[in-house]
Amino acid sequence: MDIDLRKLEIFRDKIRLLTLKELHHMGFGHYGGSLSIIETLAVLYGEVMKVDPNNPDWEARDYFILSKGHGGPGLYATLALKGFFPEEVLYTLNQNGTTLPSHPDRNLTPGVDMTTGSLGQGISVAVGVALSHQLSNKGNYTYSIVGDGELNEGQCWEAFQFAAHHKLNRLFVFVDDNKKQLDGPTKDIIDPLDFVEKFKAFGFYTMKVNGSSLEQIYKAIQKGKAQTDKPVAIILDTMKGQGVPYLEEKADNHHIRPNPKDEEAILTAISELEIKLGKAGAMTI
Amino acid sequence: MIQTSSKTYELDDIEMRQMYASTLLELAQNNPNVIALEADLMSAISTNKIIGKIPGQLINSGIMEANMMGVAAGLALTGKIPYVHSFAQFVTRRAFDQLFVSGAYAQLNVKIVGSDSGVTAEHNGGTHMAFEDLGLVRLIPNANVYEVSDAVQLGYLLRKIEKEYGIHYIRTIRKKAVKLYDENETFESGKGKVLREGSDVTIIASGIMVAESLKAADLLQEQGINATVIDMYSIKPIDKDLIVNYADKTKAVVTAENHNVIGGLGSAVSEVLSEHCPTRMRRIGVKEQFGQVGKAEYLKEFYKLTANDIVTAVKEIQ
Ligand SMILES: Cc1ncc(C[n+]2csc(CCOP(=O)(O)OP(=O)(O)O)c2C)c(N)n1
Ligand SMILES: [Mg+2]
Repeated sequence: MDIDLRKLEIFRDKIRLLTLKELHHMGFGHYGGSLSIIETLAVLYGEVMKVDPNNPDWEARDYFILSKGHGGPGLYATLALKGFFPEEVLYTLNQNGTTLPSHPDRNLTPGVDMTTGSLGQGISVAVGVALSHQLSNKGNYTYSIVGDGELNEGQCWEAFQFAAHHKLNRLFVFVDDNKKQLDGPTKDIIDPLDFVEKFKAFGFYTMKVNGSSLEQIYKAIQKGKAQTDKPVAIILDTMKGQGVPYLEEKADNHHIRPNPKDEEAILTAISELEIKLGKAGAMTI
Repeated sequence: MIQTSSKTYELDDIEMRQMYASTLLELAQNNPNVIALEADLMSAISTNKIIGKIPGQLINSGIMEANMMGVAAGLALTGKIPYVHSFAQFVTRRAFDQLFVSGAYAQLNVKIVGSDSGVTAEHNGGTHMAFEDLGLVRLIPNANVYEVSDAVQLGYLLRKIEKEYGIHYIRTIRKKAVKLYDENETFESGKGKVLREGSDVTIIASGIMVAESLKAADLLQEQGINATVIDMYSIKPIDKDLIVNYADKTKAVVTAENHNVIGGLGSAVSEVLSEHCPTRMRRIGVKEQFGQVGKAEYLKEFYKLTANDIVTAVKEIQ
């Protein structure tokens, strides 16, 4: 592998740390779905995507659309670390008058390419962005993360039909397959059956990877880039609350208002990450 | 009935969502044709607490609001009585054509409940904050549109619409509302409730703005202005006679809603008055703005939905 995995691990840990700190500071929020996308965000922003924090609107950039908008806090931590805005801004998450609302807003936050939060809509916009670049013969890539619950929405599957028909090979759809939605296990609410088979049937170049493995995510993206006639789907085998064992196990981990036990576990996770990063000589964020 | 002297308006003991869940449970247990539909927001409206008791009559359709509305129409087509719930924007903005065509145009019997209305969507922010839902549903021919102000009213209307054929939309908040009515109060369709009598101005409100209007009336009284306050929970059909009667008596009308001033209560009242009794009027509500994150109290200030804003509006037309 041609990447510095060590460096990427530190980036991942920093994103997780800041995501926890920012949510903890607000007092409540979407912990589960913010934490499950951190490895993917680390690979995209740490290694893969062409972006310029000093010029968020740079035309040649790669686009990122967080279709499962409630994962916003994870994206914000990533953008702060990349230098799109200062870390302090993270602690205004969801406060009155903030530039960092629960769900990403392209008009409020530097580095946020699209406003999302109404599930199912972001992915269509990602398809539109990819189509636009294809029509103009531009090389920009478009990356989008959808939730496994979000894929209940019919609009997602309209977007996928369109993307495959137009052979949008520079579109990457990541499915955060954390097996849960708001009310419980996805399997019990609307059984998704087999995402790999579904995406293949919809004409995608489809791979399934361990969504907590930086290496596997990176390699899948490289493989996806090597082919030229299909949009790419990467099914991420993840867990809600990923990277914090206590939160992974907590049954009700979609939106958390910490009770004293949760509070203790979150604070422990924060200090463990700080110690780990300190040992790696990487505490200065 | 409200005591005009009371200066504090207490929150109810029961949350609106508890009332929704317990009433649905009662309706479903008494009538096997009642089917509640949800779109992955059961835990937000407390129906997760009743699912074990009415399996088969409470269905989580997943995050598929448009499909859920169509499924409701299909259930209605075969004699069931569907109650469809999601946040207000998802059952209206998101599924409007399905509601319009499969529900209303096909003349089917579908009950819709939109929760977390307006500023009470708080930290879900702009994508989730519906200021348009009343306007959208009001546009549908023969639809019945309600915005409830308290838990007793919600429970009553949920029971009442079970017996009435057609499209019924109820807008509500999820958490505690100010308690306004005692248990045995009744609520007719097409009627408003006069909560307080005053001869100088009429304040017509719905939802959370009813309590805000009562506070405004207290403030006005301190300044020698006597306000009538009407809870106009039935937005369509609307109580034309009551509006005209009080406009004629007080010669000044202010409406107050946690909604865009276009399309909802303010529009409905001005339509009545401009045709039947032109009157000096102001509309308190959201003006040319989208939602955003924040605490409800902050958002009320931001969008000028407070008792003080009502007082200011009253004084403009006094
Ligand atoms: C159209 C729409 N309907 C409902 C919601 C409310 N909602 C927010 S998150 C969520 C569950 C999402 O589940 P999933 O996509 O699996 O996300 P994750 O597990 O990653 O949190 C729901 C129903 C919404 N944001 N948008
Ligand atoms: Mg999920």
